[in-house]
Amino acid sequence: MIQLKNIEKVYRTSTVETLALNSISLDIAKGEFLSIMGPSGCGKSTLLNIMGLLDTPSKGSITIDNQGTEHMKDKALAGFRNKKLGFIFQSYHLINDLSVLDNVELPLLYRDSTAKERRQLATEALEKVGLANRMKHFPNQLSGGQKQRVAIARAIVGRPEIILADEPTGNLDSAMGNEIMDILMQLNEKDGTTIVMVTHDENMAHKTHRLVRLFDGSQVQ
Amino acid sequence: MLKNYFKIAIAVLRRRKFFTFISLFGISFTLTILMVLTAFMDNIINPTYPDMKRDRSLYIGRVELRNTKEGWINSSSSSFYFLTHYAGSMKRPVKMAISSGSSSSNAYVNNKKIVVGIKYTNADFWEVADFDFLEGKPYTKPQVDQGQRVAVICQSTKRDYFGDEYDVVGQYIEVDNIKYRVIGVVKDAPLSSESYHANMYVPYTLSKSDYKSTGHQGDFGAVVLAKSTDDIEKIQKDYDQIVNRIPTNSKEMDKLYSNADTHFRTIVRNVFGSGPESGFTRFLLFISGAIFLFMLLPTINLVNINITRIMERSSEIGVRKAFGASSKTLIYQFIVENIILTVIGGVFGVIFSVITLQLINESGLIDGLHLTLNFTILFYGFLTCLLFGLISGVYPAWRMSKLNVVRALKAQ
Repeated sequence: MIQLKNIEKVYRTSTVETLALNSISLDIAKGEFLSIMGPSGCGKSTLLNIMGLLDTPSKGSITIDNQGTEHMKDKALAGFRNKKLGFIFQSYHLINDLSVLDNVELPLLYRDSTAKERRQLATEALEKVGLANRMKHFPNQLSGGQKQRVAIARAIVGRPEIILADEPTGNLDSAMGNEIMDILMQLNEKDGTTIVMVTHDENMAHKTHRLVRLFDGSQVQ
Repeated sequence: MLKNYFKIAIAVLRRRKFFTFISLFGISFTLTILMVLTAFMDNIINPTYPDMKRDRSLYIGRVELRNTKEGWINSSSSSFYFLTHYAGSMKRPVKMAISSGSSSSNAYVNNKKIVVGIKYTNADFWEVADFDFLEGKPYTKPQVDQGQRVAVICQSTKRDYFGDEYDVVGQYIEVDNIKYRVIGVVKDAPLSSESYHANMYVPYTLSKSDYKSTGHQGDFGAVVLAKSTDDIEKIQKDYDQIVNRIPTNSKEMDKLYSNADTHFRTIVRNVFGSGPESGFTRFLLFISGAIFLFMLLPTINLVNINITRIMERSSEIGVRKAFGASSKTLIYQFIVENIILTVIGGVFGVIFSVITLQLINESGLIDGLHLTLNFTILFYGFLTCLLFGLISGVYPAWRMSKLNVVRALKAQ
């Protein structure tokens, strides 16, 4: 599903050059649940961002669902992300000015859909994460766990084949974290969604199919 | 999509009330000034009481004499003789209203001084202008020729001099120790209608200045009424040809200039023109420059506020980009939001404009002036708003759309 070949990411300033990722190659199969672990600053999030086409590598190539992404322009990349990828962030990144339902509908705004369709799909996604009764609420009226569930609903509403989760349980206590993990596992098992998750938590990582470890930008496992 | 943008726009406006106040104040204040100025312009350009035939009137005001070698210029109003002898020789005009400038004279009521502006006019003056006669009627040509001491006074003069009396026709008004019999009362003409504004109108044959002088310059001006608007250009050409043949009657001066201009062009010529120059190009440059500068400051202010507002929303931009918004879509979103803001500012601007125009009209700051907010002005006002929204929204939106997604997401 996702092929990374010799990915390198270098951050340059006028005086310093930092190698954030060093020749990473990964092949993630369709329906796989993969976790990425490593100490802070080892390049986990950078790798996830590159996989999600939010950032570009300095070297190497990314192929997603047999499509090369190197030469995609802004509009094509936006469309590709919209259809193929769903994101879950550690700090949720919900838009506080919009209701839960409007937040979940957001990815659908960027594809051809009617308001009615958007509403229906968003409601279904919220039902899936158990938040159908919080549709009219605003993010700042929700707990951390509920916010993350809204973020999951937003990630799955467009029915993407891949979900990229950057420390989705990082801001939650263990009970909430387990709840979120259960939802992700269900998505993977029932819907066959490919999930790549960055985590610091060994327990969470061991629940996934495969674990990749990074250290100083290199893959060590 | 638009509904979503609208929700966001309103939420953002409510979130930062101070910024919102500054933005809305900038837009509505600028718009109010523009609307009021346009209302003034509208009053100058379009027919207004009593100058209701402005579209087929030409105005002859100044006569300019020049010594082209030494660069001397002598510019003054026309003499009565100049107007009747030269302008009066044109075949095409239907009528020609001749009147002096309004000269201040004094009247006394119960030991209280009233300043009365008197205009000395011919009889055709009443046929060219469309005065509303509240009482009586205008003086006739025979009355003018005979130099009868008759006067038409305006409503405010009637009130100041005669108080609450109902009918003053036949009564006498004493101005500068001369008694005039009142034969008519008219509704006040506004100050902006220079050719017609006065407190009292009397026959030119009573003028203290020498209206019989054959010099070119004097104290008079004329409004030449064409049969139709099609005749305007022809009359102007006729007049130019006549003026070209007029001798300067002075050894020192070798050039004479006088023009029959439309009302608006007369004002432009008086302010920006001189001699053969109509001043219109200078006027356009001045107006464009003034509007540009006037709009530039609030626009820069709005651009800055918008950049700050947008940068505060980096995280939202990151999320939208991550979930499939292209740069173009985001630019569109922020421009729409900005237009919503400016339209709200525009609505306030219109409300403030109505209030301001009402206050100006009621204050009596400018005699007889009645400014109105018409639909054309309203249309241009809203157009200005949209332009504001676009100009002040495009650059911030473009900057925002170029934000790196990862950096934008980290900004929270």
